[in-house]
Amino acid sequence: MLRLVVRRLLQLIPTLLGLSVLLFIWLNRLPGGPASAILGERATEADVARINRALGLDQPIYVQYGRFLKRLLDLDLGTSVQTGQPVWDEFVLRFPATVELSVAAMLIATVVGIPLGYLAARKRGGWIDVASVSGSLVGICIPVFFLAQLLKGAFGEIFGTFGRQSTGIDATSVTGFAVLDGLLTGELDAAWDALMHLVLPGIALATIPLAVIVRMTRASVLEVLGEDYIRTAESKGLERRIVRGRHVLRNALLPVVTAVGLLTGSLLSGAVLTESVFTFGGIGSFIRTAIDARDYPVLVGFIMFIAMIYVLINMVVDLAYSVIDPRVRVH
Amino acid sequence: MSLITTTSKIDRLAQLTAKTETASGASLWREAMRRMRASKMAIIGAVIIAGFVLLAIIGPWIAPYGPTEQTWRGEVFSNRGEFVGARAENWFGLDHLGRDLFSRMLVGARQTLLVGVVSMLIGLLIGALVGIVSGAAATLGGKAGRRVDDAIMRVTDILLALPSLLLAVSVAAVMGQSLTTVMIAVGVVQIPVFARLLRGSMLAQGGSDYVLAARSLGIRKRRIVLTQILPNSLSPVIVQATLSLATAIIEAAALSYLGLGNPDPAVPEWGVMLSQAQRFFDNEPMMSMYPAVGIVITALGFTLLGEAMREALDPKLRG
Repeated sequence: MLRLVVRRLLQLIPTLLGLSVLLFIWLNRLPGGPASAILGERATEADVARINRALGLDQPIYVQYGRFLKRLLDLDLGTSVQTGQPVWDEFVLRFPATVELSVAAMLIATVVGIPLGYLAARKRGGWIDVASVSGSLVGICIPVFFLAQLLKGAFGEIFGTFGRQSTGIDATSVTGFAVLDGLLTGELDAAWDALMHLVLPGIALATIPLAVIVRMTRASVLEVLGEDYIRTAESKGLERRIVRGRHVLRNALLPVVTAVGLLTGSLLSGAVLTESVFTFGGIGSFIRTAIDARDYPVLVGFIMFIAMIYVLINMVVDLAYSVIDPRVRVH
Repeated sequence: MSLITTTSKIDRLAQLTAKTETASGASLWREAMRRMRASKMAIIGAVIIAGFVLLAIIGPWIAPYGPTEQTWRGEVFSNRGEFVGARAENWFGLDHLGRDLFSRMLVGARQTLLVGVVSMLIGLLIGALVGIVSGAAATLGGKAGRRVDDAIMRVTDILLALPSLLLAVSVAAVMGQSLTTVMIAVGVVQIPVFARLLRGSMLAQGGSDYVLAARSLGIRKRRIVLTQILPNSLSPVIVQATLSLATAIIEAAALSYLGLGNPDPAVPEWGVMLSQAQRFFDNEPMMSMYPAVGIVITALGFTLLGEAMREALDPKLRG
């Protein structure tokens, strides 16, 4: 197991290196470059040259890349143009809120999606099947930001006000996770308030993963139900409950586990849209304003940040696979 | 958003061409077409798409008013939150500048279709090119070829790993704001999807008997790739192209919402209309409803047809 983890970690290195090269190229292609971003459009050529020298932009490209890479390794993602604070600190400050939102969304998506997909497959052609399949098709076709707006307009008043700085009651910060903080410090009303504020954004963010999970579970269960070993298990008189739990579900959920992992990574970009509709205080809202303000250090940092999370999640999924599926362990 | 195109799903789709032999001996596509005609999903999807394309063609001619004329400007005071809803002369009501929403919807269909088709084509063409190189290198290139294929796939996997919206935002940041940017940004997101798909599909074909036969006849490798493997590998690409049209339209709307869309609001396009109407959602939700419903139905049409095609091709999903 340990060897597997180490090997997977080593495999991450070329991927992240490749990404850093892409990001570096992207940064160099940005219109104007950092000099005119600092000085504004009316900078004289001498000024630009001076700034370029100060930033080391007059040096050969590989030296610049080397320095870019070193800063990435030091977790120095630069300074946000909007707030003047280090980008990394801004992320750390806002990350818990986004994680909470993503966890809420993923919980909704899996807790609703897996049973629904399973039922749809078991009663194929029945009304649950038809409703969940068509529902999930419509679900992936609704623009996320519109759905969020719709939910906010229809149910916003029930679940508390959403707007600038309206998180309501705040618990004393311990971990940065609002719900968890409330529970830890015993400020239950604050925890409840934070939880209520997760409901609508959570649902909005959950739609796409929910749709994917329902359809995936359904397809996967259908496939397993047709396998020979299920027929064997049933014909040898094994109890139905055992066949379904141990044979059908366990095999059918393998691809779903992968999907859940991969979807968790992609939730972060859905969060940009959802959070900005609900003015939720996470990374998503921050990125939204960063796009408006052309705050490139924040955007570059975010892409690198997400990529790291994504590869880590991928690794965890792979490892989870080897726990669930004995066949993978052999390789 | 193309969040749904996870790697495993792409690979699964790519495998489908390998199963060419059917019991009746009919060709894969003929068999699939027969299934499609019987599929409700396919028919509904096709009808929606036909209606949408028709609208895109004749929309500007049948629109009762000019889409950019602010004829009723005096009646609308956007900052006071007063809006004119549906009425006899304006079926869908007026927007915040006093323009007829019904006309804007009709005219906007064309632009919406254009954004979807062009960005899908950008992704398809570049992605297919990368996929062909990679697939050809992997199947017929020997050891060196596999290394080339490995390197290409590394890069596409990185791009696949990035959230599509962020990729689009990065492209838009470099290119500045314009309609072309939106189309390129949305198209770029699709490149790795098509590349991985076509490569996987070609790989699945690479081991076929007919490829072996062609090789033993001494046909040149380039010819085998272009005239034998490629045509047989295209069906998953067609499926993905249909699905991509849906995601492209939705993603273009998301880009507009993030303020990276078409800066010329005079040209009606559903995504731009929707994101602009969001500002007035609390006062006049119906203003967002029309473009939103338009987008959802259109995206649904492409998704239904695409999924029906996938099901028709996939023997495991057949009842």
